[in-house]
Amino acid sequence: MLTKRIIPCLDIKDGRTVKGVNFVNLRDAGDPVELAAQYAKENADELVFLDISATEQKRKTLADLVLKVAEAIDIPFTVGGGISSVEDVAILLRNGADKVSINSAAVKRPELINELATAFGSQCVVVAIDAKQIEGEWLVHLVGGKVPTEINLFDWTKEVEKRGAGEILFTSMDHDGTKAGFANKALARLSEEVNIPIIASGGAGELKHFTDTFTHGKADAALAASVFHFSEISVSDLKQQLKVQQIAVRL
Amino acid sequence: MEVAIIDYGAGNIQSLQFALNRLGVQGILTADVNVLQSADKVIFPGVGEASSAMQKLNASGLQHLLPTLTQPVLGICLGMQLMCNSTEEGMTQGLGIFNVDVKRFSSKVKVPQMGWNTIYNAKGPLFDAIDDKEYMYLVHSFFAPSCSNTIAETNYDGAYSTALQKDNFFGVQFHPEKSSKAGSQLLQNFLSI
Repeated sequence: MLTKRIIPCLDIKDGRTVKGVNFVNLRDAGDPVELAAQYAKENADELVFLDISATEQKRKTLADLVLKVAEAIDIPFTVGGGISSVEDVAILLRNGADKVSINSAAVKRPELINELATAFGSQCVVVAIDAKQIEGEWLVHLVGGKVPTEINLFDWTKEVEKRGAGEILFTSMDHDGTKAGFANKALARLSEEVNIPIIASGGAGELKHFTDTFTHGKADAALAASVFHFSEISVSDLKQQLKVQQIAVRL
Repeated sequence: MEVAIIDYGAGNIQSLQFALNRLGVQGILTADVNVLQSADKVIFPGVGEASSAMQKLNASGLQHLLPTLTQPVLGICLGMQLMCNSTEEGMTQGLGIFNVDVKRFSSKVKVPQMGWNTIYNAKGPLFDAIDDKEYMYLVHSFFAPSCSNTIAETNYDGAYSTALQKDNFFGVQFHPEKSSKAGSQLLQNFLSI
């Protein structure tokens, strides 16, 4: 049976992990390669690296990092942050990334999704969508959720599927950082309206939230950052607990 | 040992190279007929869309060589699918090594299948020391139905061939280079055949 995936997300700036990371077993908590290897050892199913640096050196730094991560781990990983062209993606995939995640660039120029799907296949094109409810309507936001658009979440998700996205990474800005659970109602609706896998993001705080998003939210995967980085929840404990709750996971 | 990886411009082989390195082997990425013929093992990778990958293979002239190889050959993911008779993806004619036609998953399931799924009914040397019900990482929209060449199955939208074998030719739908310890064991097994 296809299992539900647990995906730790690492924010990267100038080649280092940012946001606090508080792992007892690591020599250097800022080293993304060491952190990635630690998560792989704990049975994480995939990893996401999100580059938030804005320097000119960014492309090269990220490409180098991807190469080092690919050398260190034997589970799949996705890279995102500022990707806006076929050339950007070619370098990352060539260096060993399995998938790339695009966000604002896809909203600004939706044809990018078609171009990437044609060039590399849908399986490596993740479209990340940040959205927030405004007067009852889920609206897509840009620039890490800061800039609102008038695009409806569900319309946009259907469009990106049609254009060749292989997967959706949906972050609810209403839930992100709250540690009060994922946006399960919206997630469940997304799963009904499109036929590609959905990764739930934003709101993970405790074990039950993961169970809920896989059952009520019908999510195919759940992504979280701080709960894993601060060892509030260990990936291996989480997966043991999910198994007890009858959720299919890889142990 | 010389392990040749077929270079036809399709597939991200970096992770495969690293996986081989971890087993102490340096894969040689090549399109050279002599190197491919004399290698101890040949790996046929593939990522992307079938018809354009097949075009690249045909353009390299390697489509005639591949079925004549006599050492162990391992097709991975799209590589395995191209070793079949045909695939519905882009209505592509395959190499005809495995006697099966690749089809698309129905819309009853999410497509692509993406993630870790179990393998079962695994047999033969490729699966030595790998548990039945072991998890492997899969990303694909098309599948080879179960057939006389099937040596392991996975269930998604029904049972299908997650591994195939005919004589010296092997194919796996999953990505051993991304399947943690079990995947590494499978690559080691292939190198030991």
